[in-house]
Amino acid sequence: MQKLESMRVAYGKALAEYGAVNPDVVVLDADVSASTQTHFFASRFPNRFFNLGVAEAGMVDVAVGLALAGKIPFANTFAFLIALRAAEQVRTCVAYARTNVKLGAGYAGLSDSKDGPTHHSICDLAVMRSMPNIAVVVATDAVGVQKMVPVVAEWDGPVYLRISRAEVPVIFNEDHEVKIGKGAVLRDGSDVSLIGTGVMVSRCLEAAEQLKKGGVSARVIEMHTLKPLDHELILQAARETGAIATAEEHSIIGGLGEAVAGCLAERYPVPLRRVGIKDTFAETGSYFELLDRYGMGVNDIILAAKELIGQRR
Amino acid sequence: MKKETCACCEMVSHSEKTIRELAELAWTLRIDIVDMIHTAGSGHPGGSLSAAEIVTALIFHHLNIDPKNPQMPNRDRFLLSKGHAAPLLYAALARRGFFLVDELKTLRRLDSRLQGHPDRLKTPGVEMTSGVLGHGVAIGVGLALAARLDDARWKVYVLVGDGEIQAGVIWEGALMASKYRLGNLTVILDFNNVQLDGPVHEIMPIQPVAEKWRSFGWHVTEIDGHDMRKVLNALDITDNIHDQPKTIIAHTTKGKGVSYMENQARWHGRAPNDEEYAQAVEELTEGRNLCRS
Repeated sequence: MQKLESMRVAYGKALAEYGAVNPDVVVLDADVSASTQTHFFASRFPNRFFNLGVAEAGMVDVAVGLALAGKIPFANTFAFLIALRAAEQVRTCVAYARTNVKLGAGYAGLSDSKDGPTHHSICDLAVMRSMPNIAVVVATDAVGVQKMVPVVAEWDGPVYLRISRAEVPVIFNEDHEVKIGKGAVLRDGSDVSLIGTGVMVSRCLEAAEQLKKGGVSARVIEMHTLKPLDHELILQAARETGAIATAEEHSIIGGLGEAVAGCLAERYPVPLRRVGIKDTFAETGSYFELLDRYGMGVNDIILAAKELIGQRR
Repeated sequence: MKKETCACCEMVSHSEKTIRELAELAWTLRIDIVDMIHTAGSGHPGGSLSAAEIVTALIFHHLNIDPKNPQMPNRDRFLLSKGHAAPLLYAALARRGFFLVDELKTLRRLDSRLQGHPDRLKTPGVEMTSGVLGHGVAIGVGLALAARLDDARWKVYVLVGDGEIQAGVIWEGALMASKYRLGNLTVILDFNNVQLDGPVHEIMPIQPVAEKWRSFGWHVTEIDGHDMRKVLNALDITDNIHDQPKTIIAHTTKGKGVSYMENQARWHGRAPNDEEYAQAVEELTEGRNLCRS
């Protein structure tokens, strides 16, 4: 069993730590700082923390104002509230106006599992990917999110940073480095490529291990940035392995799978399978149970890979 | 233009000359507005004409801004939250020297820096991109918080429309400004009582609007928004209130100065034809002449 670590706690602590390094960083929350873990920052830097109540749209606009004056605001709440309730604020005042706002999108995917579909976030990536000017980043594990915080802060422009609520398997060690727009090959392979984002990266690694027992050599790619997408790494995988499966904790509509599909279809078509939520709302349940039930189990990845083997280009 | 201090009340009073010059300038901007919209073939005359005195008072007198250095760090910030009044803002910025008046005729054209609605990345002097209603108050809160964090003395002014304050996010911003007692934030309401679809009191009543702002913790001043002296005084008075956010409710006339546009919702967002344009310029020129006498 892999070691599990809370991604949101890692985020909250990283934000507070980076706050000490960079005095321009300010943090906003919409009455969920105990959930998003921005309370770590709040207690350390009370003057630079603004709790704006249950007012997500207003919070994003306040972040815009702070950014206009040279601050680096991290605006935090649940992913679906940022991507959907405050979508127009994000489109007009963050993306179009290109203000240096960092959107901390917590509780993403099914990670707020027991609160149910009202709190699940399965179409946020589709919305955010469609907006020009904004980088879309999905944290992979606790170490990944911790490394990502300074990178996001120092990125010149708006970023949507998607964070899980859950305790998820730790796959990186302290030497891990992240760069927005660059995917990483975590395991080499020649028969098929598994491209994962978020918690699904660890499931891809697990699937690859099991596939190996059946004689299938699967390459695993961590794709934490959906935009700007690392086209070169995807095309290289397509050329060298001839088939690709994507895995994301999101609807298969509009997320990683479609981003990769678009890249391949235009430049080097190879057979593709998209592992993710199949255009449905989920339900209440424990986190890993839900992932398995709604098409994001290790077995779903293995199945997709096996289907692809017979169709490789 | 100079301010003179009135010894008896320590309030800044404005010379008759200053007031007259600014009032006249507002009418010049009105002529620019119909000019631009006529040339562009589209745009929003009604709400541009109603706010001419307010924007003139801010851009030409009240704000600490520098056309030679639009990004001056300690400048006051003005947000045109009712972004459809872009022609008014562009005319004011051009005549203040941020860019050439000649450029005004490029409004809404391909490749123009003067987009249909303000774009902060394209036009010198435009503080924030706007056009979708409702954003200005909360963005103003963010700016005001930043100024406070930096111990900076610059202030934030936001111009909102009356139909605009029907948007819920305006009141999110109002709550927030009140929580943080943002004495460096002033919202000016261009209360012309007409919105796109008709009279505000028919589409979605906002009255009693002063009570609404007061109950949210804001200081409220009500003025005739076409009386330049009152506009200038209201801005000075509110600047001296430091412990709460401020609203100036400026009663105005939609389409001010063009008889057939006044109080007419149909002139919220359409361009005059050649004949209408000629009449508008004639009437506005007359309005400007009246200021001179």
